[in-house]
Amino acid sequence: MRFDYDTSYADPQRLLRYRSQWIAYGTLVLALIAAPWVLPPYYVGELNYLFIVSIASLALMILTGYTGQVSLGHAAFMAIGAYAHAWFLNNGLGFIASILCASALTAAVGLVIGLPAIRVSGLYLAMITLAGALVTEQIIGRWKDVTGGYSGLSVPAPIVFGFDFGSLRAFYFLCLFVLVLVLSGLLNLMRGRTGRAFVGVRDSEAAAYTLGIWVGGHKVLAFVISAFVTGIAGALLAHHLQFLTPDGFGLTLSMELVLMVVIGGLGSLRGAVFGAVLIGLLPTLISKIKPALPASIATQFGLETFVFGLILALFVMFEPAGLNGRWIKLKVLLQNFPLYRRNTFRRGKVYMHSERYR
Amino acid sequence: MSYFRVENLSLSFGGVHAINDLSFVVSQREIFAIIGPNGAGKTSVFNVVTRVFSANNGRVIFDGRDITDTPRHRIVDCGIARTFQNIELFEGASVIDNLLLGCHRFPYGNLVAELCWLPGIRRVEAEARAKVEEIIDFLELAPYRTHIVSALPYGVRKVVELGRALATQPRLLLLDEPASGLNPEEARDLAFWIDDIRSDLGITVVMIEHDMSLVAEAADRVMCMNAGQLLAIGSVSEVQSNPDVVAAYLGT
Repeated sequence: MRFDYDTSYADPQRLLRYRSQWIAYGTLVLALIAAPWVLPPYYVGELNYLFIVSIASLALMILTGYTGQVSLGHAAFMAIGAYAHAWFLNNGLGFIASILCASALTAAVGLVIGLPAIRVSGLYLAMITLAGALVTEQIIGRWKDVTGGYSGLSVPAPIVFGFDFGSLRAFYFLCLFVLVLVLSGLLNLMRGRTGRAFVGVRDSEAAAYTLGIWVGGHKVLAFVISAFVTGIAGALLAHHLQFLTPDGFGLTLSMELVLMVVIGGLGSLRGAVFGAVLIGLLPTLISKIKPALPASIATQFGLETFVFGLILALFVMFEPAGLNGRWIKLKVLLQNFPLYRRNTFRRGKVYMHSERYR
Repeated sequence: MSYFRVENLSLSFGGVHAINDLSFVVSQREIFAIIGPNGAGKTSVFNVVTRVFSANNGRVIFDGRDITDTPRHRIVDCGIARTFQNIELFEGASVIDNLLLGCHRFPYGNLVAELCWLPGIRRVEAEARAKVEEIIDFLELAPYRTHIVSALPYGVRKVVELGRALATQPRLLLLDEPASGLNPEEARDLAFWIDDIRSDLGITVVMIEHDMSLVAEAADRVMCMNAGQLLAIGSVSEVQSNPDVVAAYLGT
């Protein structure tokens, strides 16, 4: 068993506290560094995709998991990030300047879509973001001069400081680097004041006001941060796809992102990555399993959608805390091995909340 | 003189007059209780003071400053903190995080510094934590420090909410039914804490309370409200023996 024994106020906020954590995460990093030489190229490409959707999933986690605002339009932010990045690259900007400009543009759009969040929440906000996503898709489809419309737009190779990251292996490390950068930035944000304020806005707006948290401002800030990070993911996705068409950023991608954060476990960055890995790998897994299935099922149209839905239903019913919740339970079980009690994680009583102060 | 003053306050929702021309004065370092039957407008007074609702008429003055039109999230910067009748804690966060959120209003670094977790941020975080630890000591919350709020019993949640209000370092504390749902032992602890909050921390306390034994033990003065109007104001025994108050509670 391990007991948290703090010797300074900084201890509980440290990211890697114990030797076991250093070993575990060190091993993970080493494995990820070795992966492109060990795995066949197809899987390296898959990992690239997983890194990119992890970034997008982290972004949505800030908005949905921490601030409690559902967005059904995050694919639109990815699309804006991707198209803007491609356009800036085609117009002579360098990679870093281009990705920052594209993300800033996405953040600006996030600001506009996020402004209604000051007044509406829940289902209505979901509708607004959905509408925003549909409009964005149409604009990209019609604005042929800039986006190439439905005939598509090709993306130049990523060249950073004169080095071409276009090869599979180099791009892998570029994505991994950006993911680590985004993850550590968001970890810092979420363990500090802004992260606490986001959780405060999510759990009780009335109380948040009385503590001096500007609720509307934080809601919009969450949108802006989320859109910015999603823009980064979109820009990387542009390089991964190498050719952009509007239908790649439809409702399905938005839904997959929402699935990632819900299945990963709302309110945890680790969960966002878990969810992204599971949902990102699912199509590959299904295609691997298909040959073993009877032909009548394997050739069925919409098998993927069905499996997505089934997994979501099972998680909502049996593990609302998501993959991250399961992970924590497993960890506690191993840490306290002989002494684990079944009811450790039984949910406590929820006392009445007053809705009238909203 | 008058530290916290409500003048001719009126609040109505359509035809319902929640508060009707209410005036009262609370002096510094006083414990002032508001009693009254359900629907008397007690919580509405708190809601107008903390700007959940805007008054139709009248003024609220705290420490020589008119706070009637202060934005809702700036009230805490005037030095006013409150608790809620049906606990409004951040259920998904730990006790520590709830109390740290009480320190939200104090100066902090910018967003970029936060993203990089610069030494300045670490120092501010440690300072906030030190302040919070004082409150944990004061309210004897140490056993629950790292617990998630949604797993805590009701009585402890009440104390955590009180602690969170104290973490904002207020000069005026508004407590909305602090003893509701507490057992007699917890209510007695609360009476001592309220007294300590006044005498040790120098905070003025205004509380809405139905538990007359707590009111008698802690409060210096009591105001009784009924139907949005002031019925009686004075010492506990004066108000308790006032015929109007008795009539309001028992019916005529």
